[in-house]
Amino acid sequence: MSESVIQAQATPGTARGGLLRRVLGDKMALGALIVFGLIVLASIFAPLLTPWDPARAELSEVLAPPFGEHILGADSSGRDVLARLLYGGRSTLLGAVIALAVALAIGIPTGLIAGYYQKWFDSIASWAANLIMSMPGLIVVLAVISIIGPRMYAVMAVFGVLLSPGVFRLTRSGVLSVRKELYIDAAKVSGVSDLSVITRHVLGVVKAPLVIQGSMMAGIAVVLQAGLEFLGVGDSSTTSWGQMLNDAFLNIYVAPTMLIWPGLMIGITVGSLALFGTALRDAVQGTQSVPKRRRAGGVEHVPASIEVVEPALRDVDRRGTLLDVRGLRVGYARPDGDTTVVVDGVDLHIDRGEVHGVVGESGSGKSQTAFSILGLLPAGGQVIGGEIRFDGVELTSSAATVRDAIRGQRIGYIPQEPMSNLDPTFTLGFQLVEPMRRHLRLSKAAAKTRALDLLDRVGITDPKRTFDAYPHEVSGGMAQRVLIAGAVSCDPELLIADEPTTALDVTVQAEVLDLLRSLQSERSMGVMLVTHNFGVVADLCDRVSVMQHGRVVEHGTVTQIFDAPLHPYTQMLLESTLEGGPARTPLTAKESRS
Amino acid sequence: MISFLLRRLASGVVLVFAVATITFLLMSLSGGSPARNILGEGATEQQVAAKAAELGLDLPLWERYWNWLSGAVTGDFGSSWFTNEPVMTSLANKFPVTLSIVTVAILVTAILATVLGITAAVKRGWIDRFVQVFAVIGFALPNFWVALVLVTIFAVNLRLLPATGFTPIATDPSKWALGLVLPVAALVIGTIASTAQQVRGATIDILERDFVRTLRARGIAKSSLLFRHVLRNAATPALTVLSLQFVGLLGGAIIIEKVFALPGIGSLAVAATTQGDLPQILGLVVVMVVLVVIVNLLIDLATGWLNPKARVS
Repeated sequence: MSESVIQAQATPGTARGGLLRRVLGDKMALGALIVFGLIVLASIFAPLLTPWDPARAELSEVLAPPFGEHILGADSSGRDVLARLLYGGRSTLLGAVIALAVALAIGIPTGLIAGYYQKWFDSIASWAANLIMSMPGLIVVLAVISIIGPRMYAVMAVFGVLLSPGVFRLTRSGVLSVRKELYIDAAKVSGVSDLSVITRHVLGVVKAPLVIQGSMMAGIAVVLQAGLEFLGVGDSSTTSWGQMLNDAFLNIYVAPTMLIWPGLMIGITVGSLALFGTALRDAVQGTQSVPKRRRAGGVEHVPASIEVVEPALRDVDRRGTLLDVRGLRVGYARPDGDTTVVVDGVDLHIDRGEVHGVVGESGSGKSQTAFSILGLLPAGGQVIGGEIRFDGVELTSSAATVRDAIRGQRIGYIPQEPMSNLDPTFTLGFQLVEPMRRHLRLSKAAAKTRALDLLDRVGITDPKRTFDAYPHEVSGGMAQRVLIAGAVSCDPELLIADEPTTALDVTVQAEVLDLLRSLQSERSMGVMLVTHNFGVVADLCDRVSVMQHGRVVEHGTVTQIFDAPLHPYTQMLLESTLEGGPARTPLTAKESRS
Repeated sequence: MISFLLRRLASGVVLVFAVATITFLLMSLSGGSPARNILGEGATEQQVAAKAAELGLDLPLWERYWNWLSGAVTGDFGSSWFTNEPVMTSLANKFPVTLSIVTVAILVTAILATVLGITAAVKRGWIDRFVQVFAVIGFALPNFWVALVLVTIFAVNLRLLPATGFTPIATDPSKWALGLVLPVAALVIGTIASTAQQVRGATIDILERDFVRTLRARGIAKSSLLFRHVLRNAATPALTVLSLQFVGLLGGAIIIEKVFALPGIGSLAVAATTQGDLPQILGLVVVMVVLVVIVNLLIDLATGWLNPKARVS
């Protein structure tokens, strides 16, 4: 993918910066934090905010209505509801803090040690974490209460133990992800002690995820505590929101509105914690939803302009047009509504039965052009100009059904990386049969016979076994053969091969290229071969288009391009790839992905 | 796959054993005199000693533990210290109620969360924003509070649904279902919210995979792409979330049962907790953990069936 595309997809939040700065920079995280802070302050300064004693019961005030002497009314014992709300926050929040502190105090050190040193400690700790995680929390907490009595803070500390596996797992995986990094090795080699490596480099990585997880856990603790108090197994001597709900429950037929206030307080507290967590997660991971549509009138960021060898200079004979791309432009929406243009006016012409190489370095727009023809641009990308004619039908303005009918049936696609392009959960056979049944309307048995023939055709020695195998059970070379079989299964007229040999071993590359060549001549397909390897071009292609910065800078027959490259970029590519060697040694040419 | 399941089964047995042992030891070592608690303050020393001997509390700890354990493996958890009812009998009476609620709740969660999550991931737009907001709300509102509000609205004010009580499914299936509507609704709001969020994330992740593009390039039907390929790949993380939700639902049901006065294990658990009824609590803990182990095994089986790679590891 081109650099500009990566830029287009990056969000401002991914910029490096302190955790605090990210929080302050994100409106939602900041807002949630302020709301939570207000609740904390209101609980701490409760005596200043209300003159009432939350525990003082007055018979004359039982279930007093709101907006009288008691702003929010009084409960079934004649206690002031507002005062109980404010004071109730204290025990609830303190309980959550205790649970969180215990979870962090257990989870962080064990996670760091398990991830950094691994070995036996890791096995034992991971096992224990799994064990604790599959315990039904509330039942364990109830058992604990039956042992130590309704001492809420001690109970919350035990609940912290139950929460600790979450912290442990997060810390451990964070450490595992960085401990193999080179800079950690560099620090170790230069004599930095393990402890300072851990505190300086490793803790920094897990800090943000821990804050996110912590805010969620605090919310869970608040809800659990309220639940226990609602059940009546809590500490009845201190005021709490859960107790208020219990009282409201007992009077649900008399004064149902009393449910509202404690529920609201719990909801706002936990909600602000959850919002803070999700907003921070989005800011850190950059998962905020990018505007899907480009803003009309937004600025277009186009690649630097370059000199192009005019196509007219190099016109060649035409055997009947199969694919005709004119002035294709592809853009990606940026978060600010502007557009990054990655393909800027590409012309491409492929005749029936012609093998057309599209060459260029990574990021030159060749894969984007291929995806545009298939109508399969990644999310955020779209064709913003030009036309794509396949056998006379304009595709960019066609209905989805028209494109669906062409894809797979008349245009085949061979991807670059074999393993990631097969669905890991279905057998190879199923993946071959499914499109044939749809496009060729074959019966299950007929499709299977055809699939086995195809597997045999692409050089797989035991088609039956491969048919029943899952992707993880075959080698990369075999997987690529299966993908080729799938691409040609419905006898397409055009085959789009996107660097079909790049991910393979050198010996397998040669075999796969041979296979492609023989399939092409046998079926006289048009082929668009996307590659950065001139060796492959020399081996297979009739004509070549050279791409740079989203444009075709030069095109011509293979002989023209190899013998007399006109554009300096083509000359440079040829020199760097072949290094003066003969044109027919490309199959063993060293891969030179830039 | 079989060796994997056997290993999980073994680790489940160890889990049950470990939790039971720890609970037993902690409860036995916690001090106080259970016999005195049972008989009340008025009892004489002789009466207390006699009660302790009757319950076997005068035996050394390891012997008490051995007695309990050897009974437990045969399904005999002893009798409640306070009601003298065999623990197994009371559990057998109460558990079907709790299990009804939790099972229906997990099924409803699985279906609705899948539909919501996938729709949000595919359509984006307003439904995506709804799922995001719903996730926060569902997380923030305690399910028993939701239950109280639902009771107030639908049972007390509108009188549409029963506020309390439970009808066994064998007696009257439609009454059984009607009685479950509110408790299940209260329970699933939270679980649907968080599960839908997870399904959404997993689906978005799968949709960006290379093989999805290749499948689309083969021109397979959109419904097959989504409901066969994407769903099956997204199912593994979703099932993991569901197994965690199940553990949470067991706890949630205990609290919910109080609101709807359902005769499940909730009241049993609360009574045993406040009284310190050791055999009752031990029985509850063991049965709960066994249930969790079984559900996790089922989830492992389902994961293995859906994801061939998981069968190997």
